[in-house]
Amino acid sequence: MSDPRLPRATVNAALPEDVILDVRNLRTYFPTRTHVVKAVDDVSFQLRRGRTTCIVGESGSGKSITARSILQILDAPGQIEGGVIRLRSTGRDAQGESIVDLTSLHPRSRAIRAIRGRDIAMIFQEPMSSLSPVHTIGDQIIETIRLHEPVSKSEARTRAIELLRRCEIRDPDIAVDRYTFEFSGGMRQRAMIAMALSCNPQVLIADEPTTALDVTTQAEILDLMRELQTSYGMAIMFITHDMGVVAEIADDVVVMRHGKVVETGEVNALFADPQHAYTKKLLDSVIKLERRADIKPAEAAILGADTPTILAVRDLSVTFPGQARFLRKPAPGVHAVRQVSLELKKGESLGIVGESGSGKTTLGRAIASVRAPTEGNVLYRGKDGVEVDLADLNGPALQAYRRRVRMIFQDPYGSLNPRMTVGQIVAEPLRNNNVATGAALRARVADLLEQVGLPAEVMERYPHAFSGGQRQRVGIARAIALEPEVVICDEATSALDVSIRSQVLDLLIELQKKLDLSFIFIAHDIGVVRYFCDRVAVMRLGEVVELGPASQVCSAPEHPYTKALLSAVPHPDPTARSMHLRTRYSEEAS
Amino acid sequence: MSDKTPPEASAAGHPQLPDDGIEGPPLATERGAAVASQWRLMWWKFRRHKLAMVSLFVVFGLYLTAIFAEFLAPFDPGSTDRRGGFHPPQMVRFIDRTDDGFSIRPYVYDTKRNRDPVTLRTTYERTGDKVYLQFFGKGDSYEMWGLFEMERHFLVPVNPRERYYLFGADRLGRDMLSRTIYGARLSLSIGLVGVMFSLFLGVTLGGLAGYLGGITDTVVQRVVEFVLSLPTIPVWLALAAALPPSWSIEVRYFFITLIVSLVGWTELARVVRGRFLSLKKDDFVIAARLDNASQARIIFRHMLPSLTSHIIASVTLAIPLMILAETALSFLGLGLLPPAISWGVLLKEAQDVRSIVLGPWLFIPGGAVVITVMAFNFLGDGLRDAADPYSQ
Repeated sequence: MSDPRLPRATVNAALPEDVILDVRNLRTYFPTRTHVVKAVDDVSFQLRRGRTTCIVGESGSGKSITARSILQILDAPGQIEGGVIRLRSTGRDAQGESIVDLTSLHPRSRAIRAIRGRDIAMIFQEPMSSLSPVHTIGDQIIETIRLHEPVSKSEARTRAIELLRRCEIRDPDIAVDRYTFEFSGGMRQRAMIAMALSCNPQVLIADEPTTALDVTTQAEILDLMRELQTSYGMAIMFITHDMGVVAEIADDVVVMRHGKVVETGEVNALFADPQHAYTKKLLDSVIKLERRADIKPAEAAILGADTPTILAVRDLSVTFPGQARFLRKPAPGVHAVRQVSLELKKGESLGIVGESGSGKTTLGRAIASVRAPTEGNVLYRGKDGVEVDLADLNGPALQAYRRRVRMIFQDPYGSLNPRMTVGQIVAEPLRNNNVATGAALRARVADLLEQVGLPAEVMERYPHAFSGGQRQRVGIARAIALEPEVVICDEATSALDVSIRSQVLDLLIELQKKLDLSFIFIAHDIGVVRYFCDRVAVMRLGEVVELGPASQVCSAPEHPYTKALLSAVPHPDPTARSMHLRTRYSEEAS
Repeated sequence: MSDKTPPEASAAGHPQLPDDGIEGPPLATERGAAVASQWRLMWWKFRRHKLAMVSLFVVFGLYLTAIFAEFLAPFDPGSTDRRGGFHPPQMVRFIDRTDDGFSIRPYVYDTKRNRDPVTLRTTYERTGDKVYLQFFGKGDSYEMWGLFEMERHFLVPVNPRERYYLFGADRLGRDMLSRTIYGARLSLSIGLVGVMFSLFLGVTLGGLAGYLGGITDTVVQRVVEFVLSLPTIPVWLALAAALPPSWSIEVRYFFITLIVSLVGWTELARVVRGRFLSLKKDDFVIAARLDNASQARIIFRHMLPSLTSHIIASVTLAIPLMILAETALSFLGLGLLPPAISWGVLLKEAQDVRSIVLGPWLFIPGGAVVITVMAFNFLGDGLRDAADPYSQ
């Protein structure tokens, strides 16, 4: 395996008939100033006609770099150091097949450009940034077609419309002249797929195509891709980090970690009997999130207990004012949160679930006193038993409220000041509230860091030296520094890899027990909520559509929207693919 | 800033971090990088910009020259030489061949002045004699920084009555090297002082506009747009022309800097405002607010450190504009006036055709301006690239 390049003769050796792309011993390195980063290290796999191969791995596993190596679109200073990528290429005039070694082609050569888009097409994670905002969807598809095939503009246009129709875009003859920004995220991804399919590629590489989408939209896109594969018969290389998606769509699975393939196999076999410890761990951490955390007391015990209400939200609305317009009335505002009422009991974890734009983050920020609500009240009754209304608070009273009600942010990178050391970041709330100074402050910071599982020695380090999960621990230490009673977690785990996600959740559960905390847990991921929460509120377009015990909402939902949301969540079980049976929610049904 | 490079991953002596993967993801465990502050990270990033590194040394050298002008200049910049009008530049030689073999000591060849009887043109001819020079010798006496009397210079003729002209001489036989060195003092400091004015106005107004928003923001923005819409050169000219010529050099210098920085602050105000606006929405600033940090603490402890590097980069790019503005004003005779010496004033003397024909070396101060401006621009580019070491 150490020989980087196989001799030419082997390259020309016959491939099994159904193998379209054969990657063998691929190594892609990124030389940096001090050392070489082996982003892809000795990776081999095959893509077969009519089958979907999922490349699954956590961030930094080299899965995207593998895809980019195949198309030779690596960012500098990345370089293919060795290996063979053999493609069964149909010539331009379709006379006979030939086998091409893609690594032997220059990244800017005519040959590789002919292969990109025609033989191998790629769709990206961010549909907004991979489509041009200044050209219509139609123009972009027509350009792709005409780059690879000698057809007239009107012919290409007809084909573009047909493609959009195949990708289930409504009114394709109108949509063809639309711009990207007029489309929603899901529609953009459909347009991207239409563009990728424009030259009947043999291989479609999809790099996390549904990660940026809501679960219901994700289900639609997965449906579409499966359907298109059956009709086009191409090989799909599907890159994802989500085991649920893998179970839903894959035929074959390649598990990657730190640039290496740890396990390859057929999907059912791999899920049923994973061989490698890492695959097992990955599957376990996903399956762990499929039910309530073991370390939590039973749901009934928490809900049945006679505990006082610590925080109550009454008819809360948040309206973002519309844009001021010249000599006209301002544009109508956006009602991010409408008339929401919630109650949080002491010691309870309340989940707020919703898709993007449901107002869940705005609601959380209103409770955390980041943004003042337009209407309604947030009533808080702390340890001292005095009920206060957030709207009436200012000065010292507001500061007291902010000491009791804390927040953990979604982005572990943006929420820590990169120019302060971890010790300073955690000390900040203590210092600002005159809790401790000097040696006492230092001791308290060390204690807090240890509570979240970080050694005290990391105090002098800056956030850039930490991984996402570790940063989130620092964020948690900052939140609990003032011994709060309520902690609002705004998507606190959604930026983390799945194996770290459950660790952070377990840490929160332990802290909840130890410090008697109540959580408001905002998430878009039902799994996380089911694992962590006792009660769940489902939000849609700023309203709470369903509120109830977690077990009930997550397994026997009442509202049709919740049903649709739940049925669109992919489960990590390839034997029980259920997405095509999902219920769809439409406005009329409600 | 230290020369220490980011150390490579060293195994020993690390606290064990919690394992977030099975065997743990490749952590940034290098201790040096982990505890590196923003300035150290910036320095590491800046050092990779070769042109900027060179420029850093050039700028450093230029300011050292300006600070030690009296010592480095061989002669008093105002001292004239009746026999040296339009003397061309001479080369300093070091290997001295005499009848007794050769020795190493600096000298220039002595020259004799000839006047063409027809064209009346002055030419200089070697006499064959040598004018020996010495380092740290005694020459014209001067007051170092106006504090104490000194007469040592970096390189002067052994015989104080003789002269040499490395950069040539002007119409009155004044040494251009000395004048260019003295000119650096005013020209370079006007850039710095002018930028200080700009910085003060720009950061205060831009910061207020960005942080407070609303009506303050609108007013500041409109003022900036108004100032930017003024035709710069006529306004400068008008203002500079309004300064009475009877004012002393110092007062005039102060007002010229004010005039030059009148326009410079607007760009800085815009940069600072934009940064404040985007920083205000950053999670870590919101977190500071929820930590009950006071307004002042949010601004000075949380937001400004993220801005300083960007401000330094903008300031570095603003200095050459100031220097160019002063040069332009003085060249037009509306900025600093003789006997003050700045590069602009020196260039003014190269305005007429006679100078071009008789003494092209009178343009050397122009070369100094070009080098300075380029060095500042490269330096600013490097700083701008290094300003945010956290973006990858």
